[in-house]
Amino acid sequence: MAESKLDLMKGTLDLMVLQTLAAMGSLHGYGIARRIEQVSADKVLLNQGTIYAALVRLQYRGWISAAWGTSAKNRRAKFYSITRNGRKQLAEDAAYWRRLSGVMGRVLAMQDEGAKL
Amino acid sequence: MKDRLREAISRLRAFFHKQPLDHELDAEMAAHLELAIEENLQRGLSPEEARRQALVSFGGVEQAKEKHRDARGLPALDVLMQDLRYTFRTLRRDRAFTLIAVLILGLGIGANVAVFSVVNTILLRPLPFHDPQQLTWLAGNNGVGGLSDVTYRVDVYEEFQRANHSFQDLTAFVPYYSLSETKLMGRGEPRPVSFVWVAGNFFETMGIRPAVGRLFMPEECVRGGRKAILLSYAFWRRQFAANPAIVGQAIQLDDESVTVVGVLPPTFDFGAVFAPGSKMDFFRPVFMDDIRTWGHMLSLVGRLKPGVTAAQAQAESKILLPQLKDSGNPYWSTDVQTTITGLKDHVSGKLRRSLVVLWCGVGLILLIVCVNLSNLLLARAATRSKEFAMRSALGAGRARLIRQLLTESLVLAGTGAALGLGFAFAITTYLAHQGSIALPLLDSVRVDGAALAWTLLVAVAAAVLFGLVPAFKVSGGNLQEALKDAGPGMSQGRKHERLRATLVISEVALACVLLIGAGLLLRSFLRVLDVDLGFQPSHAAAIRVDYDDDGKAAKRSAILQEILGRVGAIPGIEAAGISDMLPLDRNRSWDLRAKGKAFSKDVNDDAFVYIVTPGYFDAMGMHLREGRDFNWHDTDDREHVIIVNEAAARREWPGEDPIGRLAEGIGQKDTRVIGVISDVRESSLEDSSGPEVYVPATQGTPEGAELVVRTKLPPDVLASSVMSTLRSLNPGQPATEFRPIQQLVDRATSPRRFFVLLVASFAALGLILASLGIYGVISYSVTRQTQEIGIRMALGATAGKVQWGVIRNTLRLALLGIALGTAASFGVAKGIASLLFGTEPTDPPTFGAMILLLSAVALAAGYIPARRASRIDPMIALRSN
Repeated sequence: MAESKLDLMKGTLDLMVLQTLAAMGSLHGYGIARRIEQVSADKVLLNQGTIYAALVRLQYRGWISAAWGTSAKNRRAKFYSITRNGRKQLAEDAAYWRRLSGVMGRVLAMQDEGAKL
Repeated sequence: MKDRLREAISRLRAFFHKQPLDHELDAEMAAHLELAIEENLQRGLSPEEARRQALVSFGGVEQAKEKHRDARGLPALDVLMQDLRYTFRTLRRDRAFTLIAVLILGLGIGANVAVFSVVNTILLRPLPFHDPQQLTWLAGNNGVGGLSDVTYRVDVYEEFQRANHSFQDLTAFVPYYSLSETKLMGRGEPRPVSFVWVAGNFFETMGIRPAVGRLFMPEECVRGGRKAILLSYAFWRRQFAANPAIVGQAIQLDDESVTVVGVLPPTFDFGAVFAPGSKMDFFRPVFMDDIRTWGHMLSLVGRLKPGVTAAQAQAESKILLPQLKDSGNPYWSTDVQTTITGLKDHVSGKLRRSLVVLWCGVGLILLIVCVNLSNLLLARAATRSKEFAMRSALGAGRARLIRQLLTESLVLAGTGAALGLGFAFAITTYLAHQGSIALPLLDSVRVDGAALAWTLLVAVAAAVLFGLVPAFKVSGGNLQEALKDAGPGMSQGRKHERLRATLVISEVALACVLLIGAGLLLRSFLRVLDVDLGFQPSHAAAIRVDYDDDGKAAKRSAILQEILGRVGAIPGIEAAGISDMLPLDRNRSWDLRAKGKAFSKDVNDDAFVYIVTPGYFDAMGMHLREGRDFNWHDTDDREHVIIVNEAAARREWPGEDPIGRLAEGIGQKDTRVIGVISDVRESSLEDSSGPEVYVPATQGTPEGAELVVRTKLPPDVLASSVMSTLRSLNPGQPATEFRPIQQLVDRATSPRRFFVLLVASFAALGLILASLGIYGVISYSVTRQTQEIGIRMALGATAGKVQWGVIRNTLRLALLGIALGTAASFGVAKGIASLLFGTEPTDPPTFGAMILLLSAVALAAGYIPARRASRIDPMIALRSN
């Protein structure tokens, strides 16, 4: 069976967007979506359109800011960049994710030992 | 936290800027797609494929927009706005339904808010004094008996005030109010004014600050000091046009000059708290030394120390008062038995039960209103089932439908509440201006913040109550069946009808309880009106008379004889007499003992005293049982005589004939009983009369004079001739009006009348609502069965038979409801037994009459649709589908 794409868990998209903006600087919605797809090597099930809900949410929380600008190819688009508050939030969320994934890793590793008993 | 707040504000802003934000999103998404297509083209795809792939990876555009809107604005509010718009549209379309529903709700909620305002004012709201919970009422003789029993001597007041450890301070006032006995002179016509003598510390203890000027100084509270008065706010505005310059000026009261030292604040209304139904114009400090030897003169109010309860103060008084008594004063008698309660309890405690009953009654009304509304909504739902089936076929979830229906209920309840507030405002304003209802604090009744909160609570509760059942019923319907273009008569309709019948039965049961309760109270009220007062209030009126006798009995006798002679000669006046006090108005009592009976401190010797002229008994329509009336020869230098009532005769001369016996306690000398007169209800219609004694004005010293005339003419017709006669005898006679004696009786019965009126109007409302409910259900079932009835008539059923069938249906519902209601009424009647007068809680005539009334109204409500059913033309009925 072919491996299906990963469904995004709640809250993960927000974190991905913040990380992308932190790494890439100012970027428009399409750019962010493409970047996430590329980094995940197309393993994430992402309807690009849904990114706009995440963007407005982050904007309302003051973690990213937005302004209309012109792309490299001279096209008008709305560009997003991370704010100082956003970086703080990113640091917090990233730390949380690392801890969680570490714990999950250990929990899942435990299963093998259990089988030996 | 800050982030959340920022988000909320942004969302709120977005809620009001939907269009520009949508445009911006559209532009952004368009740019997104173009960027994607461009990149795909660069990867070498054909233009069509580039566009297709861009759209595929973007996903659903509309879903993305919807998600964006949810993240951006206030989705819950959006839904609410939608529901509201829809609600207003449907309600506007169904105007008759909306009108009736709002009117019914308005009446129900209005009654509830009005009663809540009254309950809140009298029962719940603290008294309008500083730290009111510290204020207590002290009642001598454990609160039993007339004013002279429950009041205190000056010595007792002063000693208790000095020796107690429970109170911050004790204060006092003289409850023998001077109502219109004094005249304000030097400002146009002499004007009768009312005032109260209070202890010097009265206002400080109550926590009242003057609005203008100051309170009494110590030197104004002792004999020989400067004469000072404090004006009530209302009197200040009325009499002195709210001129602050009056403070410091002297005004003339009769022949006395007194200085106005201040004006009390508008929040302080002595009458509302201590003397319901009367207004006090000003206050004077009482000189304790002046009244020290006058016996029971003071009502006491105490302010407890912080943390001390009334019960602790009571416990202290139980020990302290007997100690004080033993250490000196032999005249303490009943003062020792003191009951200390919260002032609030004293003011409104007696009304608690009545008010709670009123509150329950009005709650019952709201229940009936809700049941009625439920019923109307169900009827409406039956016609709307297709609409809801359609909406649910289009994807509306059940929760969404229920939400929509509850929104409709809330809008109805809200509109009804707004109307109800209008009603409540009108009712409370009316009540607040009814000076003649002797209920405490009633003139401060208003729809306040608490009442508004109560309105909101009642409206929401009602909306949920009447909206929930229909909402579940409608939204749970069978989609397919409803969508099929089936005519009425499906099982759905029948189920609805069963539910509606249940609702009607409960409605009738509730109305039945209300009616029987109101019936019992009404019968009690009629019994009270029927009480033998001992005098004839109709065709009698009283007017206050002023004269100057220099304190000499002989001169007084001459003046009174002259007044009565002249007034009695006016055509139309059948009898005239004077008493210093009138029954059900003011009272005072002195000791009355048969001569030779041993004096005992523990036996109550009190008797109510009236000082009267010859002719008074005839003018009042009282019956002399034995002996003779007073005459003008009973002068001060002859043997002093009295007339006693039957209660006094029974107490002092049990089993003997009192005529010719001697009595002690009335006046300085012994007095001889010359007559026995029938008992007069002196303080209340509902309590039996106490011992009463009459003293001739030619021998006693009257406190004021009320001229009572008996006439068949309306008193107003006589007013000018009587007044000119009085003026010719005494130019200083103040301009007062005739008071019909009936007015005294009316005031004494006013609290009961007030409650009966309210409960009876609730019952009437309940009756109307119940009949409306019956009419609705029967009428609906007739409409639904038009076809069936048509067939039956085509097959030969007579109009009478059809009519009887419908009426039988009605009767079944009504009788079931009445049976349930009657059973419940027995319980309720037991609960209100203490409010009844001369009526058993199971009074068969009341139960019978109310059941009959309810059945008749139910029958009438069912008769209209029954007649309609009998007139159905089979041809038309069968053709119509």
